[in-house]
Amino acid sequence: MTMRKVMRGLTVLLAFTLFLAACGDDDDDGGNAGSGKKVDVAKAGDVTLTVLDQQVRSGQDAALKRLNAEFMKRYPNVTIERTNRSFEDLQKTVRLAVTRPDAPDIVQANQGYGIMGALAKANILLPLDDYAEAYGWNERYSEGLLAFNSFSPDGSKFGTGNLYGISQAGEIVGIFYNKDKVAEPPQTMADFEALLQKAKAEGDIGIQLGNAGDDKYGGIHDYETVLGRTASKEQVRDFVFGKSGGAFNSPEFEQAAAKFQEWNDAGYLTPKVNGTAYDAAVERFAKGDGYFFIGGTWNIATLKDAMGDRVGFFILPGEAESDEPIALGGEDLPWTITRKSENPDVAAAYIDFITNENAVKVLVETGNLPAPPVPAADRPKSGLEADVFEQWDRLNEADGLIPYLDYAYDTAYDDIGGGIQELLDGQEDPKEFVDSIQTKYSEFIEGL
Amino acid sequence: MSSSVTTDPAVASDLSSPGRLRADGPLADSSASERPPGEPRRVGYLYALPALLFFGLFVLAPLGHAAWLSLFEWDGLTDKEWVGLDNYADVVSDPELRRAFGHAAVLLIFYSALPICLGLLLAGVVARTRVRGLALFRTILFLPQVIALVVVAAMWKMIYDPETGPLNRALRSVGLDSLEQNWLGGFDIALPSVGFIGTWVMYGLAMILFMAGVQKIPPSLYDAARVDGAGPLREFLAVTLPGLRGELAVALTLTTIAALRNFDIVYITTAGGPGTATTVPAFQVYQRVFEFPRVGSAAAVGICLLAVIFLLALLINRTAERGTATR
Repeated sequence: MTMRKVMRGLTVLLAFTLFLAACGDDDDDGGNAGSGKKVDVAKAGDVTLTVLDQQVRSGQDAALKRLNAEFMKRYPNVTIERTNRSFEDLQKTVRLAVTRPDAPDIVQANQGYGIMGALAKANILLPLDDYAEAYGWNERYSEGLLAFNSFSPDGSKFGTGNLYGISQAGEIVGIFYNKDKVAEPPQTMADFEALLQKAKAEGDIGIQLGNAGDDKYGGIHDYETVLGRTASKEQVRDFVFGKSGGAFNSPEFEQAAAKFQEWNDAGYLTPKVNGTAYDAAVERFAKGDGYFFIGGTWNIATLKDAMGDRVGFFILPGEAESDEPIALGGEDLPWTITRKSENPDVAAAYIDFITNENAVKVLVETGNLPAPPVPAADRPKSGLEADVFEQWDRLNEADGLIPYLDYAYDTAYDDIGGGIQELLDGQEDPKEFVDSIQTKYSEFIEGL
Repeated sequence: MSSSVTTDPAVASDLSSPGRLRADGPLADSSASERPPGEPRRVGYLYALPALLFFGLFVLAPLGHAAWLSLFEWDGLTDKEWVGLDNYADVVSDPELRRAFGHAAVLLIFYSALPICLGLLLAGVVARTRVRGLALFRTILFLPQVIALVVVAAMWKMIYDPETGPLNRALRSVGLDSLEQNWLGGFDIALPSVGFIGTWVMYGLAMILFMAGVQKIPPSLYDAARVDGAGPLREFLAVTLPGLRGELAVALTLTTIAALRNFDIVYITTAGGPGTATTVPAFQVYQRVFEFPRVGSAAAVGICLLAVIFLLALLINRTAERGTATR
């Protein structure tokens, strides 16, 4: 037997498999489009709802478990089958999950072009506008929060068009401070920088930051916190929502990069920041190392457990005390319904149930910051949570939340995060940083 | 060189002997007489069929599928768009992919060249001297090869931690603060740091292969070399190295493959960072499928990686075989 024969055999096999591969693509979504109306779930017959979520942190998980149990108790005809993954894992598997024949009824699909835009374009998600009307979601959420979960049906415009989901929890990326070291939150940017300097002089760390490897979000959050103070909120929103005129290479974006780099060069940040894991930075701050830690409100439970009353929360002040509040934030991943769902009406009732007034109460009790308004009686009165609620109100009142930069285009997380790593290492100067992101951003926008 | 599926005539005749269907016997015999001895009969394919089926289903079919996908631009959700060979052009023109293949080339030094040099050194030492407790040393030196790569990577990530890692701590404790590094976070040092993990993992394999090879070399050759007055270096070059040609080819092939398809260590220690300082082709494949929806491009990178590995392996084995033929 010769090599030639083997090759001939392999060629035939290869041709066959190519053929198999080519005819393997068929699409059939078995679901129904739903009535768009409020239905009586008790009369919907036996229903199994499959839910794919990312509520794995202790507070989130506790809230959802309670709400699921309450829902099933109220409607014994409904069974909820829940699968939960960490945020990172969900991001990577959600596309596969929703394209399977047995796709979940309900999935937490992240905001932005990367996931929600792509799923809207592929016609995988059910628009929920009729349900929003029926259940009064438009009154439950502020306009800004609804916009985060909206997309044009062709996936090209973020922040307008159909409503594809609603969120449970609000999010602010703000500054946690160690009360032993910082008596009062600073009122101006100059005050804040003076504190950073003081920390440095004492041999302490100004801002704890872990930005190693895939923990790039640490750097993105810090950069964007500064960005909120150099650029206007419209500039950031225009960039993220892909509006005409939105750009990353504006002087304000460059200024933020310069300031952040300056802080690092001055020794205000964790040393060897690109080699430090995010969790390690959180842990060190929790142990009392460092003045500040910039992070999301999802860190509340961890920090409170470790630091008790010695931790507080504020958002980065502007030049003047009277500057309106601006901070990175929004809401957690929206609950969306897939078109493959057999029971969209029940799914909508479920989503309503986990975000209604009762749910808000449960969320507060389990240490979460609900996205819908919280009645005064249910609010935490003191401590870290009270700080967070206060900032949330201020931000919503002033319409001061700016969206995550990595919503802006499909590879934004990697590009911006990697760019910030280069910035902090001095591999790139601020101008090169904003220009390289702008190049990739324009390519994406032109391709829409 | 033998490339056929059933090679050994002894095995083939063994399989078709007494216990098998009697009617087949004379038939097989008569056909066998028509061709040169040693040429396998068609019935041989039947024996290989189950294996071929599995091979087709689990290796060739996915490979074919990947090749097919590489001709499209596809986000995994919406309809595919035919782009022909554009994705392959990107492999050459995209700076990030070029960088990834460049890093793979650097890793070849750490995964292949260094472990083989270390392995040769150790084997050379063992060949010359009697070491007490050799089995123990061999086991200890081979240990890295046995640990799951995920564990290895997680362990080294801790070792390299700039604050709490034992490496920097050890440097600090002996007053060598100036040598402290941001091992996995520095743009220039991250790739060598990742590569060194590969050296640590792979040298045990090379060493075991070479030690086994050395034991196969007749001691008389060493005696002759010594009688001729060869020093340790001369002896190594004239006796040990030529005697290890086959093992060298195997070690080169295995370590080269490990270097080029390296994913787990990079994924866990640096995720390609900082920036893109440690990104490698296999990690690009992963990112392009799971993080950015660019499935076609990922498939093209995968196919190119496969081609590179295949060519290198072929080259190594051809070279080794030519050597044996002329010896």
